[in-house]
Amino acid sequence: MSSTPNPVWSNRAIKWVDRRMPIFTLMYNELVVYPAPRNLNYWWNFGSLAGIALVILIFSGIFLAMYYVPHEDMAFASIERIMRDVNYGWLIRFIHMNTVSLFFLCVYIHIFRGMYYGSYKAPRELLWGIGVIIYLVMVGTAFLGYVLPWGQMSFWAATVITSLVTPIPWVGEDLAIWLWGGFGVNNATLQRFFSLHYLFPMVIFALVFLHLWALHTTKSNNPLGVEVKKKADTLPFHPYYTMKDAFGLGVALIALAFFVFFAPNYFNHAINYVQADPMVTPEHIVPEWYFLPFYAILRAVPDKLGGVVLMFLSIAIWLALPWLDTSKVRSGRFRPLFKWFFWLLVIDFCILTWLGAMPAEGAYVTMGQWATAYYFAHFILILPLLGWFEKTKPVPESISAAVTAGHDKEAAA
Amino acid sequence: MKTLIRISTAAALAAGLSLGGTAAQAAGGHGGPELMHPSWSFEGIYGRYNEDQLKRGWEVYAQVCASCHPLDYMHYRNLEGLGYTEDEVKEIAAQFEVRDGPDEWGEMFTRPATPPDAFAEPYENDALAKLANGGVVPPNLSVMTRARDGGADYVYSLMLGYEGGVPEWVHEEDPDFALPPGKSFNAYFPGYAISMPEQLFEGAVTYSDGTEATPEQMAKDVTAFLQWAAEPELEDRKELGRYTLLFLIVFTGVLYAYKREIWKDAH
Repeated sequence: MSSTPNPVWSNRAIKWVDRRMPIFTLMYNELVVYPAPRNLNYWWNFGSLAGIALVILIFSGIFLAMYYVPHEDMAFASIERIMRDVNYGWLIRFIHMNTVSLFFLCVYIHIFRGMYYGSYKAPRELLWGIGVIIYLVMVGTAFLGYVLPWGQMSFWAATVITSLVTPIPWVGEDLAIWLWGGFGVNNATLQRFFSLHYLFPMVIFALVFLHLWALHTTKSNNPLGVEVKKKADTLPFHPYYTMKDAFGLGVALIALAFFVFFAPNYFNHAINYVQADPMVTPEHIVPEWYFLPFYAILRAVPDKLGGVVLMFLSIAIWLALPWLDTSKVRSGRFRPLFKWFFWLLVIDFCILTWLGAMPAEGAYVTMGQWATAYYFAHFILILPLLGWFEKTKPVPESISAAVTAGHDKEAAA
Repeated sequence: MKTLIRISTAAALAAGLSLGGTAAQAAGGHGGPELMHPSWSFEGIYGRYNEDQLKRGWEVYAQVCASCHPLDYMHYRNLEGLGYTEDEVKEIAAQFEVRDGPDEWGEMFTRPATPPDAFAEPYENDALAKLANGGVVPPNLSVMTRARDGGADYVYSLMLGYEGGVPEWVHEEDPDFALPPGKSFNAYFPGYAISMPEQLFEGAVTYSDGTEATPEQMAKDVTAFLQWAAEPELEDRKELGRYTLLFLIVFTGVLYAYKREIWKDAH
């Protein structure tokens, strides 16, 4: 995939393997000399950071699964056993719980970075699309995982979310029964959720490889949005970006460690430490923070089926983004109008997040409807029209030209 | 680049904090007065338990709460975490009866508890618990401070939140409020009508260290004990956290210096 000459291995064992399966050459080309644009800013850290979060989740999860019991009568107690009697079980569990928030935070920043710098535009449509699918599988995995502790919020979140299929015409009711393995959320539901919660991360892991394959084929986008044209536009991935990513990882781990050790239940709901009780409905059923914007969209529609459809569309519409954005200019840096609309979308997304945590009553409902309407308007009205009307700024000749001419004002982002 | 770092960390932190905050508020948020907030020794990054307080709290639990409320998931051996010696724990355990068996004749029997035993359940089953408590099961207390918004402050306030009658401010809030028969008024309980009657009367327990058993003293001690029961790992967690954070901050500083060194000619 790279134009640099293949390395010559002096170690005989490596040479022997590489002759038969060039895995060392592959790693050398993709991780060491891989030519990355020289002007990537810190917003480009969040992709690799998300990947590391995924690895942390998989590792901590494997150890949790050694003690967790997926049974309606034992799940809650097995978690308490992990917290109390398993050596450093509390640490492994708190790492697992809090890294989910880190993962979603990184992925949201990664997605919005892609939106700002036009990273979805040709030839990176597939790279972007695989990313959206990774996000969808993540959502599923996180939901399944939240059910496993079998607390009150686990049980009722499972009930609310699986019930989303019931308004589907003709098959809805049967579909719900099929999903539950019974006539409501029950032991069979818990066991299949555990099975799938273990499977989905492996699917994400495989999709991440496709994502990287596509990335290394089209090469990274960059803050200027102009393609790499010559060697002077790039830096070898190692040591430049391995080091930059390592520093970013250090900062992320400081934040993660703060929550794991000093506020481990900050993102959790207290009521999830009450064992699931099908006879008692909690006063408010609130999803985890990373689902809130979509929960707000779900509740903005008075019709149940309409809400479900709109919620799915709100993510699925990202798949169409490469074709909805008609502008020829990639980076938001050279699009004076788009820049404003981008930040309006970010604010809208934050408002939706806030509304998702509020009770669905009074002014919150109206605000939710306006915020939802604006969210969709951004994608199906504003973006297509901007491409026609916006007068963009001149785009530099090449990355190296911009860097030497001092065009590359980082603060402009 | 530096502005970017600053903006992104600030945004990330602000987003995280506000989201967590709003989520927590939405899940809690009842009427009634603000929770009381005494100073707890286990707060902050240097937080530790006070063993004398935990032992007093255990005495309150054993003499008052234990007759109705279980401590699930816990064992008598855990009491060593309060500072009791192995022999003291054996002695304490032996005061409780646990069910065991079947023996060689196939019979279940009771015997004095030993340190590896789980805490004795106050009731054999939920039906008995309901029968003895006006139709409700007294909740497990071993995760209580984790399982309520407000944590230790909530438990403490609840212990002291009883009032003889229904106060005037409740009627201002809801003119139709009436206390159902068999319930007590508690200003901090959601809905104010709680099934558990007031427990911590002056001198309700006799502390072995001679501390005067005022309601405030007992509430504070038993809450500290329940906090320990819910988070026995707290001291280890915070100590490990301090070292981990210190290491990460220094190491990240080194990484940053090294990154700048590598990048110095690349800009």
